[in-house]
Amino acid sequence: MSFKHEIFEKNPLTLLVGILIVVAIGGLVEIAPLFYLENTIEKVKGMRPYTPLELAGRNVYVREGCYLCHSQMIRSTRDEVERYGHYSLAAESMYDHPFQWGSKRTGPDLARVGNKYSDEWHREHMHDPRAVVPESVMPGYPFLAKNDLKFDLISSDLKANQMVGVPYTDEQIKFAKADLMAQLDEDSDDYDAFQERYPTAKVRDFDGNPQKISELDALVAYLQMLGTLVDFSLYNEKENNR
Amino acid sequence: MTNLSSPPTVSGLAKGLTSVFLGLGVLMAIIIVAKTTSAPFAFHGYIMILAFTLGIVAILNMGFGKNGRIEAEASPAGVFYNDSVVKAGVIAAAFWGIAGFLVGDIIAWQLVFPSLNFDTAWTNFGRLRPLHTSAVIFAFGGNVLISTSFYVVQRTGRTRLAGEIAPWFVFWGYQLFIVLAATGYILGITQSKEYAEPEWYVDIWLTIVWVTYLLVYLGTLWKRRESHIYVANWFYLAFIVTVAMLHVVNNLAMPISFVEPKSYSLFSGVQDALTQWWYGHNAVGFFLTAGFLGIMYYFVPKRAERPVYSYRLSIVHFWSLIFLYIWAGPHHLHYTALPDWTQTLGMTFSVILWMPSWGGMVNGLMTLSGAWDKLRTDPVLKMMVVSLAFYGMSTFEGPLMAIKAVNGLSHYTDWTIGHVHSGALGWVAYVSFGALYCMYPWLWKRKALYSLKLVNMHFWISTVGIVLYITSMWVSGVMQGLMWRAYDSLGFLEYSFVETVEAMHPYYFIRATGGGLFLIGALIMVYNLWRTVRGDGDAVPLAQAVPAE
Amino acid sequence: MTHQDVANFAESWGLLLLFSMFVIAIAYAFWPTNKKKFTKAAYRPLEEE
Repeated sequence: MSFKHEIFEKNPLTLLVGILIVVAIGGLVEIAPLFYLENTIEKVKGMRPYTPLELAGRNVYVREGCYLCHSQMIRSTRDEVERYGHYSLAAESMYDHPFQWGSKRTGPDLARVGNKYSDEWHREHMHDPRAVVPESVMPGYPFLAKNDLKFDLISSDLKANQMVGVPYTDEQIKFAKADLMAQLDEDSDDYDAFQERYPTAKVRDFDGNPQKISELDALVAYLQMLGTLVDFSLYNEKENNR
Repeated sequence: MTNLSSPPTVSGLAKGLTSVFLGLGVLMAIIIVAKTTSAPFAFHGYIMILAFTLGIVAILNMGFGKNGRIEAEASPAGVFYNDSVVKAGVIAAAFWGIAGFLVGDIIAWQLVFPSLNFDTAWTNFGRLRPLHTSAVIFAFGGNVLISTSFYVVQRTGRTRLAGEIAPWFVFWGYQLFIVLAATGYILGITQSKEYAEPEWYVDIWLTIVWVTYLLVYLGTLWKRRESHIYVANWFYLAFIVTVAMLHVVNNLAMPISFVEPKSYSLFSGVQDALTQWWYGHNAVGFFLTAGFLGIMYYFVPKRAERPVYSYRLSIVHFWSLIFLYIWAGPHHLHYTALPDWTQTLGMTFSVILWMPSWGGMVNGLMTLSGAWDKLRTDPVLKMMVVSLAFYGMSTFEGPLMAIKAVNGLSHYTDWTIGHVHSGALGWVAYVSFGALYCMYPWLWKRKALYSLKLVNMHFWISTVGIVLYITSMWVSGVMQGLMWRAYDSLGFLEYSFVETVEAMHPYYFIRATGGGLFLIGALIMVYNLWRTVRGDGDAVPLAQAVPAE
Repeated sequence: MTHQDVANFAESWGLLLLFSMFVIAIAYAFWPTNKKKFTKAAYRPLEEE
């Protein structure tokens, strides 16, 4: 009797271990190889980490939950490629912590929205979406132009990214704050150093208000670079098939 | 019957240790308030200071001056069940349910009339939508799961919950998690991973609470007085332990500082995407399915007064469901930059998943065989049976949508939203309502609910609401998917994106109306439950109906 | 590690592991001596508390 009792008392732990083994298998088989299979991330030319200003803009994008209505993942179907451009590559989001592929398109995909509209269009659209697109159901974000961008800690942001694997150099981390301001001002003394650290970055005042470094500056800088980095004329589709 | 357990007491050592632990929490929160540059984080620091201090006072007060004795009443069989914490849980569930449905309907109307966003930072769709999903899934669903699991594990094991402080820590700790998560979204603290939005410090807090939940659950199973662990507990246990695993792995992140809320996810891009949907789909599989199947396996037999149709089937159902679900995540990433082999694997397992899902549905429905007449007289049972029908419907639709060709059309559209809600409103919420309608009279010892007529009214109003919701989302989803890929005779894309947005307008109106009806139904339920607690109508207190023992 | 390595493993040991797990679960559920235990367990929610 006592022996039987003992076996049963051990049951919840046996059950727990059984459950853990059974539920671990699927995830291990599907996720773990993505870190080890060499062809998971395509080989491309042109990818670089975000500039401090773009990263700050991405943080605004993350904060406002833009991914709930906008995807950043063009699927490999004919209509999507014709509507939005080349289908998205894994390489294009390899520096995205977290990814923002999204799951719903209440609004259009933004993976390649960079350079599609003018800064002024973005400013108007953020202030009052229906002023430029009457049928839009997007909320207005007039507060972005009014809010000062908080970037005192931007070096810590780059540092944290470096720790999770983004190849920021120590120099990029050190000068993050100066680089953020330099990207908004073509006449700044740091212009050359910034261009050297981020060769393809666009430099201008994005929110149309040189007196102020606003959250809108950062967000527009981010939107204007989305999907513009990879040079598709050098992309070998066959080689990267998986 | 003899006394199966002695009246509960709380040990001074446990009180002391927990108070010290919460005291450390107060210290950390003070440091956060003093050092952070983020006003919302400082606000969270103040909330933590308040919550932990109240917690210490409450713990020190437990059994104070009574030699640690806790007030508890013995059941007819002589067990001192811990029903107070279950009562707190069902009240919280009703409260968060209304809050979550209300926010859901508000954002549904925002999509009809965008001016309802008011263009402020705190009221726009992007911040309110996570508030809605977290409130209904984690606040409403979570409290239903915690309270029913605490009820079921005690009854089926014929024993009191393990620990005196721990169950209350789980309950209040979980409410604190909800408050921090919800206020964080509104103030702009989010990591924007779907259904896993809270930032690192809230994630750590939830981990502590959740591990305590697991320990309470295991401890109660450990000291049970029935040799076999009833199958409902298997589902609850799988839900608790798998959610712990998913939560910890998906939320691994590097904070920029320990006094700042912002963090960066450990994984990036495609790996982050699959980890997220491994998490996201199994939040559905284990939080919204396994846990609620635990409810089904206890409450349907109990209410129908018949044993489950096939206990053997329930065992096969259990192991196959938990094994297969974990693989289904990649179907959220069809035709994306996720490697093809992973997509195919995810699709295959999603389709196979149809089998155990329907096995469970059949097992629940057939439990009523020979007792179908009860559906005419008992609207609570009717609600639970209809929940199983919706479960069957959405677990057929799910595998269908996981097929790549179908997903190519449905993904990114409202079809997904409709699918989720046929599961969430029809299955999860209905089986929860059924459980709440059972538990209130049981816990407050009433002969019956205040009014079965009102239950019937709730049932019909919300059923009309669900039907409006899912049909409008089917139509708008399929329509939008077709419009996106439509070509004109010259071979150009026929519609601009904004034309497809415009076409959604009438369906968004119908959806928001359906959601409103669902909310009204839930309000009727809360009124009914409140009158039941008060002992009005048919809810005659049992002590009056039957002579006291 | 290549895709082929993973596929080879899945088609041999992986298949064997999953199939044996399946057999164990079915055997447990349908083992004749377990029947009495399960029938008793099925009535657990209906018994007096």
